[in-house]
Amino acid sequence: MKKNNIFLIYGTVIAAYIIIQLLMSAGAVTSSLRGQLVPICAYIVMAVSLNLTVGVLGELSLGHAGFMSIGAFTGVVACMSLESALPPTLPRFVISLLVGAAFAGVAGFLIGIPVLRLNGDYLAIVTLAFGEIIKNIINCLYVGIDSRGLHLSFLTNSDALNLEEGGTVIINGPMGIAGITKLSTFTFGFALVLVALFIVLNLIRSRAGRAIMALRDNRIAAESIGINVTKYKLMAFVTSSALAGAAGTLFALNYSTITAAKFNFNTSILVLVFVVLGGLGNIWGSIIATTVLVILPELLREFNDYRMLVYAIVLILVMLATNNATFKNTLRELVNKIIPEKLIKRKEGTTDGNS
Amino acid sequence: MKLKRIICIAISLVLVAALAAGCSANEKKGESGAFKIGGTGPLTGVAAIYGTAAMNGAQIAVDEINAMGGIKFELKYEDDEHDAEKAVNAYNTLKDWGMQIFLGSVTSTPAVATSAEAFNDRIFSLTPSASSTDVTKGKDNMFQMCFADPNQGTASAQYIADKNLGTKIAVIYKNDDPYSKGIYNTFAEKAAELNLEIVSTTTFTDDSQTDFNVQLLDAKDKGADLIFLPMYYTPASLIFQQAKAMGYAPKYFGVDGMDGILTLENFDTSLAEGVILLTPFNADSNDERTVNFVNKYKELFDEIPNQFAADGYDCIYALKAALEAAECKPSMTASELCEKLIGAFTTMKFDGLTGDSMTWAANGEVSKSPKGMVIQNGAYVGLD
Repeated sequence: MKKNNIFLIYGTVIAAYIIIQLLMSAGAVTSSLRGQLVPICAYIVMAVSLNLTVGVLGELSLGHAGFMSIGAFTGVVACMSLESALPPTLPRFVISLLVGAAFAGVAGFLIGIPVLRLNGDYLAIVTLAFGEIIKNIINCLYVGIDSRGLHLSFLTNSDALNLEEGGTVIINGPMGIAGITKLSTFTFGFALVLVALFIVLNLIRSRAGRAIMALRDNRIAAESIGINVTKYKLMAFVTSSALAGAAGTLFALNYSTITAAKFNFNTSILVLVFVVLGGLGNIWGSIIATTVLVILPELLREFNDYRMLVYAIVLILVMLATNNATFKNTLRELVNKIIPEKLIKRKEGTTDGNS
Repeated sequence: MKLKRIICIAISLVLVAALAAGCSANEKKGESGAFKIGGTGPLTGVAAIYGTAAMNGAQIAVDEINAMGGIKFELKYEDDEHDAEKAVNAYNTLKDWGMQIFLGSVTSTPAVATSAEAFNDRIFSLTPSASSTDVTKGKDNMFQMCFADPNQGTASAQYIADKNLGTKIAVIYKNDDPYSKGIYNTFAEKAAELNLEIVSTTTFTDDSQTDFNVQLLDAKDKGADLIFLPMYYTPASLIFQQAKAMGYAPKYFGVDGMDGILTLENFDTSLAEGVILLTPFNADSNDERTVNFVNKYKELFDEIPNQFAADGYDCIYALKAALEAAECKPSMTASELCEKLIGAFTTMKFDGLTGDSMTWAANGEVSKSPKGMVIQNGAYVGLD
């Protein structure tokens, strides 16, 4: 099977969207699942974008939630500031997403310059540190808006913003943002997933993408044939962080409150787990793994207090199973038994020829 | 390849169908003639002690009321891990279960998220202990059983000034916690108004809540004789310990988050000797209902109930009173109940464990008077 078959990827996503929409119109989707659709989309974009850094570029990043956080906060600030100037939701949502993505992309660029000089474990640790730095900066950031425009302060409370009468505080330091109007819908989330897939898949399949993968496979060899290391590394890293920013905006606009503490190290690791479980460099895998792992804790609610323990055990079992050759062979044999071998071979032959 | 794709789609279909299968009972009204009450709280994780206490308190009240005859309740709590995202998931799960009245979330950040959902869905909410003003702001169907944060800060400053508890005050608060910071802000304002001298203000965050030597040294150097600790008791217990280790013995003044410190596992209660806290609930009160509640709680859960448990208990009784006053029936839908309960809550007076003749303003804030308590010989004793 070829990695990143685009028909498979787009097909799964679009089919899932249509099925869910049909079920929703039939009233057959639980509130529990309906409430998770937007976060699932946001996490899918996160996982796909992180896969670009970890799987395609081959650099371990442990601070991906930091970019999500930048996108979340700047996107919401943009959204709330534009509330009176631009009442229709669709353009406001799109502008917020673009603002979130732009800020996260710029942060990715600035952080990328020093970070991408490093390799391997060192790079991982520095990204972790940057993720925490972003969290702590947002923790002491105050932003408010009044008729004169946006006010920004790094002091210890929101009074320092000197807001006019009638002005509102948007980011209130460690308390984050409260009172966000919910704009994200499943359709917006789905559209963002498609855009992210389009960007990432096209990047991978482009000339630049091949250069990025060459860097991953052998940096010295790639450099020796004239590939600009910094340029291509930055390209992957900035794209990845900008998409994470857009995911952050989508995520934040789905909840009435967000705090910087939400986007901590644990969230970065969570997204990394999605990527690793789905397979490094495997975009389809990231999508499936994310969906399953976001829904799983909710399905395990019946276990009450033991739910996170069960979740962890399931995670370990899945990781072991997917990396076990015997298990894989048994699974393959099982599939072969159910479906006649001839059929698979013929079908595989035809699609491989097409793509 | 194509076949595999079809298989994948088929699998996802089956999965989705399985998910949807659970929802056939969706939006059903209470069948057994009981009101379905749902709540979310941190039942696991760092803040678990608050969630469990509120849940246990509410459960005791539900059992008592069900035994009485008349109105019947069915209570279900879901874990939110003190996280807004998980809280919304938990809330949606409760909605699938058929929740008619929402007990809100126990802690503030999740409560802000779930209250917005409940507002959109028109489900009446009464939170036992989410004290941030953002929880109730702009939502007519959201009520609080506890003091709002600003009131706690003001009341604490007033209390310290009235009782002349300290002349030089130090404050240590948690910078990334809305609860702690909200109380600090109003405390500082009120203290300035009352001419209380705050000599040292230091902060900590979630990442630095194990070492308080810097904060304590600052307070000590500036000669503070009273330290105001608007925080939950886990960091407070470390502050007591580290202050003792450096030979510094100021008076301590806490708020309702301090309540429960005596039941903290492996905590040397002698460290908390003399700590004053402002809380609406006093487990040592001789009031008959409180004694009953405390005994029952001890019997069932083997510990002394804290204020969160009492808040949970009061919530259920307040709901009972309001449901009776508005003549509600379990067969009503959540939005019908919501409108009736809003009317009942803004007009009624309620006597509970955490205060007498409580009333609610239209903005959802409760009005009741805090009780000053001091820890003596390992127990809470009323100050007044």
